[in-house]
Amino acid sequence: MTKVTKKLTCIECPKGCRLAVDVDNGKVVKVAGNECPKGEKYAISEIENPARILTSAVLSQGLALKMIPVRTDNPIPKSRIFEAMAEIKKIRVKKSLKTSDIIVENFMGLGVDLIATRKAK
Amino acid sequence: MIKKDLVIVGGGPGGMAASVSAYESGIKDILLLERDQYLGGILNQCVHTGFGLEHFKEVLTGPEYAERFIARLQDMPGIDVSLKSLAVKLTRDKTVTFLKPGVLQTVKAGAIIMATGCREKTREMVHIPGTRPSGVFSAGLAQKLINIEGLLPGKEVVVVGSGDIGLIMARRFTLEGAKVKAVIEIQDKPSGLLRNIAQCVEDFNIPMYFRHKISRIHGRDRVEKVSVVKVGDDLNEIPGSLFEIKCDTVLMSVGLIQENELIDASGIQIQGNNTDVPGIFVCGNALKIYDIVDWVTKDSFAAGKLAAEYIK
Amino acid sequence: MKTYDVVIIGAGVIGTSIARELSRYRLNIALLEKEEEPAFGVSKSNSGIIHPGTQNPPDSLKGRLCVQGNILIRKISKELGVDFQEAGELIVGFSEEDTKELLRLKKDAEALGVPGLKIVDKAWLRENEPNLNSEAVSALYAPTAGIISPYRLVYGLAENAMRNGVEIYTETKVEGIIRAGDNFEISVSKGSFNARRVINAAGLFADDISGMLGIRDFKIRPRKGEEFILDKKKENLANHLIFPLPSKISKGVLIIKTADGNPMIGPTAEDTEDKSDLATSDKGLENVLKSARRLVPSINDKDIIAYFAGLRPAAGDDFIIRHEEKSPGFINVAGIQSPGLTASPAIALLARDILKDTGLALRKKLIFHPHCKKSIHIFSMALSKTKGLIAKDASYGDIVCRCEMISAGEVRDSIKRGARTMDGIKFRTRAQGGRCHGSFCTTRIMKILAEERKIPLTGITKRGKGSEIVKKDRVDD
Repeated sequence: MTKVTKKLTCIECPKGCRLAVDVDNGKVVKVAGNECPKGEKYAISEIENPARILTSAVLSQGLALKMIPVRTDNPIPKSRIFEAMAEIKKIRVKKSLKTSDIIVENFMGLGVDLIATRKAK
Repeated sequence: MIKKDLVIVGGGPGGMAASVSAYESGIKDILLLERDQYLGGILNQCVHTGFGLEHFKEVLTGPEYAERFIARLQDMPGIDVSLKSLAVKLTRDKTVTFLKPGVLQTVKAGAIIMATGCREKTREMVHIPGTRPSGVFSAGLAQKLINIEGLLPGKEVVVVGSGDIGLIMARRFTLEGAKVKAVIEIQDKPSGLLRNIAQCVEDFNIPMYFRHKISRIHGRDRVEKVSVVKVGDDLNEIPGSLFEIKCDTVLMSVGLIQENELIDASGIQIQGNNTDVPGIFVCGNALKIYDIVDWVTKDSFAAGKLAAEYIK
Repeated sequence: MKTYDVVIIGAGVIGTSIARELSRYRLNIALLEKEEEPAFGVSKSNSGIIHPGTQNPPDSLKGRLCVQGNILIRKISKELGVDFQEAGELIVGFSEEDTKELLRLKKDAEALGVPGLKIVDKAWLRENEPNLNSEAVSALYAPTAGIISPYRLVYGLAENAMRNGVEIYTETKVEGIIRAGDNFEISVSKGSFNARRVINAAGLFADDISGMLGIRDFKIRPRKGEEFILDKKKENLANHLIFPLPSKISKGVLIIKTADGNPMIGPTAEDTEDKSDLATSDKGLENVLKSARRLVPSINDKDIIAYFAGLRPAAGDDFIIRHEEKSPGFINVAGIQSPGLTASPAIALLARDILKDTGLALRKKLIFHPHCKKSIHIFSMALSKTKGLIAKDASYGDIVCRCEMISAGEVRDSIKRGARTMDGIKFRTRAQGGRCHGSFCTTRIMKILAEERKIPLTGITKRGKGSEIVKKDRVDD
């Protein structure tokens, strides 16, 4: 396979740098257009192993907030996002929790935790 | 009538930052009025990430960003946080009248900071013709329904405008299992952040139509479809370009406007963070619509300092 | 099965006016409405103008009933606790030619008995209507014109009719009427009703109902009107209702003061075949703005906060109010276009008289309750009174709709008094009707409605079945 240049928009900060990424055989060989090192890191991840932090909300039972906002503490593979949403919909939180409390450890075996992003009593 | 050195109207990111800043500048007698039962304002429904990179140097969700400030306020005993308290009147002699369940109260303030935020433009403001069925939502209302109330407004969605909330909601609806059929933008480029085009629209292969507009909403009881037309650079319809998209939901994301009704009603003129009344200040989105919350925080810190200097 | 003395079809302003009038008598009355709430048909898009009786042909039925209605509505609105404001109207002329036409209108109106009319000149207009186009040379001033909330009037009438024994069946669409001896058998979406007399007040669908009994000598031809509502900030745009000189088909585009404070401009007048065509258009907006600016040039399209379209149920030029000899006991009250709202109390009296002439015995009840409790609107009260009320019931201090300053208590009251849908709450209280169009208050109102009606949030509708606000609750996943 030969070298190709892919265009990406960096999502690491509100600037949204337009990246030109040279890819050779599925591997990133050069990143241009990034204004900071995060851009390069993002480009490599996006080409070689695209992943996103998933944010959503889960149902509570008997707490003052009906929905508890959650996120994965680290990015999960993009390809698993809808599967993760199906899991999130099954969850019912019954106990009070604080922000950053783990709701599901090693979520879907992905090595990330699903954590609360708001406290709820 | 009660007295306070400083009254801050609005407990969203602006009002919270202004309170912290004024407190740290030496004002220890502050009343913070928040109409909801929680502090945080619109941040509470913004469960997505993208907040705090400038201010906290890390990536947070809306509720996490809010909670950092809520925690700081709790450590500031001179700040009296009054929840479920809606300001209903502001006067030039620096009084604020507010309503909380059971009480209508007027407070005489040494200084006042108005941090009342903004609201979304509506379908009516951009004159979209057609019927008036159920299923037309502002993006922010849809966000509240999904993230706070756990209710899904619709299953086949067309987003009007490419503001950030609309883009974020295109992703949110998709994750919830709805089909987002199009984002329609009358300009030739997005009005929201590029990263939101990437991670909310492109990630899910949602079609984006620039230089297009909705020419009509159809449906008697519930939205059934929309008519879409292409427009030229003069924003006028190009004849023959009409097509229809079947959908049950239209999300409006056509911009925000300052929520300054109390200031307007009192006849007070806004001049940057100041007003024509010395001691009455404005900050955050009530002053100017900011792209990101970090700038609201920054602006409100400045207003808090100004108020503290004025009081001293 | 129960046989009603009278079944009235259609709970708009006409059906509810007749129902309330007949509730003074010892009669079993049922009022049938196909929508989920009264006033959801033609009445919901009424401008709310109480006309003085100008602009009607002197020998017309509608002219006579309008003048009579203008007097009657004052007492009725007071009894029902609905605000009526005598704003006065100006029909504006721009030339000597126009002034002559105004004099002719004045003569016609005086023949109908419209009181207090006078022709006013440029100086009067400048003083009393400063935003009026300075090119206006004269106007016909009718002091008895007024404004009222059309829905609150209908809700007051319906509530009071119920209080006096009328049974109201909503979501009850009439599907067929047959004669059963001297009586009628009316089949509806769910079941049937037997009646000695039937009064057809079905608005846009009055011809369909009449056709069920073989009477097809009139046709309802809907005439669409688009109206545009301006921000409350413009409340003082005009001091009177302002009309241009009328054309053959309509009274033209007006500057309308409303009971809610927001001025309105419109309506357009466009014949349509489609009885469900409630769409507004770019063209309508353009026409209305152009015509309205001819009267008040300072009107800005940026001040438009809402718009809607309504259909006038026209059947020729005049009202059709008559007993049908071909089907004894069946009374048509059809073609009630403008000035139907104004005429409604007089139409109710006429319907009563016609009913009497059919031989139905009308004996007054010993006790008739004419009054409805006036709804609480905390921000239209004196502040001291507001304070007391809030102290007594905290829910009146819990503001749900902050654009219009409507409390949870007011929303709850409206539900207790009959609101079943989000639009029903909006029409009664104004909540969701302000500049944010419900962006901030929809979820609160949905929750109050679900709680009061004991239904799930997914069952909450904008205006009845099929208009549910949300599709799914996460709880049901």
